[in-house]
Amino acid sequence: MSKLKSEEEYQKTLAFHFFRWLSGSRDPYVGKVEMQPQKEYQEEESTIQERMCEHQMIRDKVYDRENNKWLLFFWRFYRIMAVVFCIVLGAMLIVTVSYLPPTGNASNPDNNEVAKRYIESGMQETGAVNVVTGMILTYRAFDTFGETNVLFIATCCVMIMLMAEDAELKKRELQNDRRYEPKNDAILQGVATVLVPIIFIFGIYIILNGHLSPGGGFSGGAAMGAGLILYASAFGFKKTQRFFNEEVYKAAKVTALCLYGLVGIYYYVMGANGLENHIPLGIPGHIVSAGIIFPINICVGIEVACTMYAFYALFRRGGL
Amino acid sequence: MTGQMELVQNFPCFSIMLCMFAGIISSALKGKTAKRINTAVLCINILMSAAVLWFTMRTGEFYVYVMGRFPAPWGNELRVGVMEAGMALFFCVIMLLSLMGGRHKLIQEVEEGKHNLYYILTDLMLSSLLALIYTNDLFTAYVFVEINTISACGLIMIRQNGRTIEAAVRYMIMSLLGSGLFLLGLCMLYDMTGHLLMSNIKEQVTSIYLSGAGGSYHVPLMVTIAIISVGLAIKSALFPFHAWLPDAYGYSTVSSAAILSSLVSKGYIFLLIKIIYRVIGFQAFHDSRIIDILFIFGLMGMVFGSLSAIKENDVRRMIAFSSIAQIGYIYMGIGLGTQVGMIASVFHVLSHAATKSLLFIAAIGLTDVSGGSRKLTELTGSGYRNKMAGATFTAGALSMVGVPMFSGFISKLLFSQAAVQNEGKMLPTLIVLGISTILNAIYFMKTVIRIYTPVEDTEYSTVTWQENKVYAVSLLCFIALNVFLGVLSQPIVDLIGWGLNMFA
Repeated sequence: MSKLKSEEEYQKTLAFHFFRWLSGSRDPYVGKVEMQPQKEYQEEESTIQERMCEHQMIRDKVYDRENNKWLLFFWRFYRIMAVVFCIVLGAMLIVTVSYLPPTGNASNPDNNEVAKRYIESGMQETGAVNVVTGMILTYRAFDTFGETNVLFIATCCVMIMLMAEDAELKKRELQNDRRYEPKNDAILQGVATVLVPIIFIFGIYIILNGHLSPGGGFSGGAAMGAGLILYASAFGFKKTQRFFNEEVYKAAKVTALCLYGLVGIYYYVMGANGLENHIPLGIPGHIVSAGIIFPINICVGIEVACTMYAFYALFRRGGL
Repeated sequence: MTGQMELVQNFPCFSIMLCMFAGIISSALKGKTAKRINTAVLCINILMSAAVLWFTMRTGEFYVYVMGRFPAPWGNELRVGVMEAGMALFFCVIMLLSLMGGRHKLIQEVEEGKHNLYYILTDLMLSSLLALIYTNDLFTAYVFVEINTISACGLIMIRQNGRTIEAAVRYMIMSLLGSGLFLLGLCMLYDMTGHLLMSNIKEQVTSIYLSGAGGSYHVPLMVTIAIISVGLAIKSALFPFHAWLPDAYGYSTVSSAAILSSLVSKGYIFLLIKIIYRVIGFQAFHDSRIIDILFIFGLMGMVFGSLSAIKENDVRRMIAFSSIAQIGYIYMGIGLGTQVGMIASVFHVLSHAATKSLLFIAAIGLTDVSGGSRKLTELTGSGYRNKMAGATFTAGALSMVGVPMFSGFISKLLFSQAAVQNEGKMLPTLIVLGISTILNAIYFMKTVIRIYTPVEDTEYSTVTWQENKVYAVSLLCFIALNVFLGVLSQPIVDLIGWGLNMFA
């Protein structure tokens, strides 16, 4: 039996608020969230004129197909040949693949002593329960160091393209940092408040358990980068910069990569010269185990998270 | 790996890692410090490569360096022989000279805050080149090809104007197509052989090849050879795939142009030669028809590259088009399918790398005293206004045409000798070699005559060598390197032959 409530008491309950919101009699966000519709992009009359003029000029001068029969011929020839070439290449590759061994067959050439050793003695030799991580970070550690440097150099190239160098430009970019989105969106901020810590903890979990379960530095770093991006888009760059600005970014990136490089070179040189490796493998299954995999995973994770966020920030406003 | 290793045997690994460390640390430093680190790293690398070369020459055999605790095929490994060490030494020298010669333009053309990024790119570029030279693992090669591609894009677009961005985008698309084909070929090889290590793949490929056309993997093997050759040919700008080249070399800042033309494309050619010897096997490659296609493309490139260069009115683009012709020479030598042809190709890799970077660096001195204009008409008399650059440009042009005492002569001689020993391909090779030499002479001598044509009242000022000593020193070193290759050619040719034998 339910207890009857007075009108005043009922207005304080959650159900009352919920049904009022459901019926639409009152919108809880009115007056609390800045709801500014985005302005449609509008071109000025003069730029339209200029663009049309240039477009016409290019058409007339460069692609004057009516007076230039050769160009027309080439245009058609090019299009036909492009299609023919793609079809021929595709057909050739499909025919080639039909000669290759079927996937998953036990007698395939790739089921050889290499894969056998990875699977059978990977855990004893690397200390990692996750064989894939053991393979990429111990057996083939040099490749993975190269792969991490691919990310690093990619960030450098994006910086060359998008980094706003001029101080004035930087200032303007800061002010316009959120031109197209409503500022301080309550929904986004509310969700971000709940989600960002969870994402971070999950990312750290993936990184730290890289040698025990599926995951590792690359995937965990991507998760943490996503968390940083969510935080920055909910609360703005100013708040993000309180804990993650250019100095922190540089320090984190350089430390992570250098540490990885140092661990790597120690491992290579010790291995190549037949010297004893002093990094203990630990007990497989424990969180601190698997020799060099554990520190390398952390370094890779930091580098990947920094790279993800740097891409976002550079594309968004040309600076960190 | 058993047995005691000497310290010098660690140097290949050290030099790759040193470049990477330099790149990483430079990202947190200012441009000036990054420059110093870069120069120091290059000098140390030159010394280390020389030591490794000396060591391999003394022992007379290659050695394998295991990267880590696990020997290949489980782990990664480097393989060091005379050829690898010599190439590494040569690449480091060329990179140092190119950076020295283009430094004053870099300061003018690149924004102040991005100088350190430039040195990061060059550091990582060098590390990827060294890794491509030393690695004995195809997948490691692919990873470093990626680093090489991305840093080459950065080197092109760091001088920001419309043309360089367009050139970088074009380079990126073409180059990624090449990388994609290379990766496809690598996947097929792995599927057929189950290995990524070059030596192990070669064992398996040889047995596939010996089983003949009836064998189960004969068709995929041929397709793989084709895909890998074409992929690397795209990346090194062989004739029909050269569309990205003129803008990329013509508009980027001069050090980048020198590095791209003399190191990046040569790195891929070296990788192809390595794959021919160490992965597919010289005989299998020779018996596939792909070698004839490379030969024909090479011949066409020799003619059409030179024809485009003659039509060009922009000195930088003219030198860039000349590269297409020279890459054609190299592929023609590979296409001859003999050991002698391969030696000639490798020698031309060295000779072209030394000459082309010299021409780019010298041309910038001439355009600087012509009001920055690169039009040939404006360059009239510039050889008098900057005597040092004029003399160097002339030396480079003479070398390209093939005048004795310079390196270009030796490579043309070696190519002719190789052609004479190959019955089927002798006639076309010699005819095209002759035509190409004449075409080379037309556009290079035209330019040399123009820069030494006196003009009466010029508004441009004269520059002496004292005004930019670093530039002058780098030009002198380039000339010395060219003459060294041209005069002391026999020991170098012997060394290349020795290195190629060590490959097999």
